[in-house]
Amino acid sequence: MIQKCIVGLVLMLCVGLSAKAQTVEVLTFEQLQTRMASQKQEVVVYNFWATWCKPCVEEMPAFEKLYKEYQPKGVHVVFVSLDFKSKHAKVVEFADKKELQGEVILLDAPDYNAWIDKVSTEWGGSIPATLVVKKTGNVQKFHEGSMTYNELVTFIKPLLK
Amino acid sequence: MKKVFSLLAILAMGVATFAGVVVGDAAPDFKLKNIDGKTVTLKDYTNAKGIIVIFTCNHCPYAVQYEDRIIALNKNLKDKGFPVIAINPNDATKYPDDNFDGMVKRAKDKGFNFPYLHDDTQEVAKAYGATRTPHVFLLVKGKDNKFTVAYIGAIDNDTENVNPEKTKYVENAVTALNANKKPDPSSTKAIGCTIKWK
Repeated sequence: MIQKCIVGLVLMLCVGLSAKAQTVEVLTFEQLQTRMASQKQEVVVYNFWATWCKPCVEEMPAFEKLYKEYQPKGVHVVFVSLDFKSKHAKVVEFADKKELQGEVILLDAPDYNAWIDKVSTEWGGSIPATLVVKKTGNVQKFHEGSMTYNELVTFIKPLLK
Repeated sequence: MKKVFSLLAILAMGVATFAGVVVGDAAPDFKLKNIDGKTVTLKDYTNAKGIIVIFTCNHCPYAVQYEDRIIALNKNLKDKGFPVIAINPNDATKYPDDNFDGMVKRAKDKGFNFPYLHDDTQEVAKAYGATRTPHVFLLVKGKDNKFTVAYIGAIDNDTENVNPEKTKYVENAVTALNANKKPDPSSTKAIGCTIKWK
């Protein structure tokens, strides 16, 4: 009986864990734009990163903390991976290993010059880079470079009013 | 007073970030150490029609992705009057792979057929306004024998190098310049690694 219970418990745990695993949806830039235009949450933080980008990986905990602290206030975090589509499995593995709570997507848009300006004309193209979109009034804020948690909070606070 | 100073500091930072050249500007000259120990300046290029200046480095996967294509650019375009000069501006304290010895090793391992210069003070990268690696500044020599900036941006629009239909921005720009035309586009953007500033 106890053994059965343990097996059942382990099974439930496994199911629970696998349900939490990241799926990492692959989107084209047009699909990302559509999502931005019809986002459910009031404020969405889009963090452009890649598994190979050391400063990107280093700033991720700040975005995870933001997600944890500000999700109840209507803030959503999307990690937009710029890894090649052929590296999709690597991104999934990374998201699982880091147990990322924010949403992870892979942007399949290799013709960079065709869309970088559409994210922000301020963007030179280096990563990490972060775009924040507020649904009401479609207000957008952009930052190129790393951010600490405090910088991130200061950055999004004006959009939460 | 302190406030004024911090304001000035912020302004100075802003200038440092956004300064740089635009297409049509005079190309800032430089004097940098090559991997062979000799110094290289624009003045050395008396016979060139132009120069393909590329800010790049050893550690960035996107820069590495382009190494073979940079070698090919120099091979194909040097004879057409447009040799490559590669410049590494990264702070090696943050990425030890990007130090001078690492540059010498990388150039040897890959068989770089162009100068690979060390922008130790990062002043050249700032003068040009380079922000990422790889970042191209294509220079063309005018009738006054001075170099101006003719194109700024990416090498092509296919970093992974899987699309046979890719647009080869730099090659197209050189072809245009050799036909006395202006490159179109004259600037492009691409995803790259942030230059690691000191």
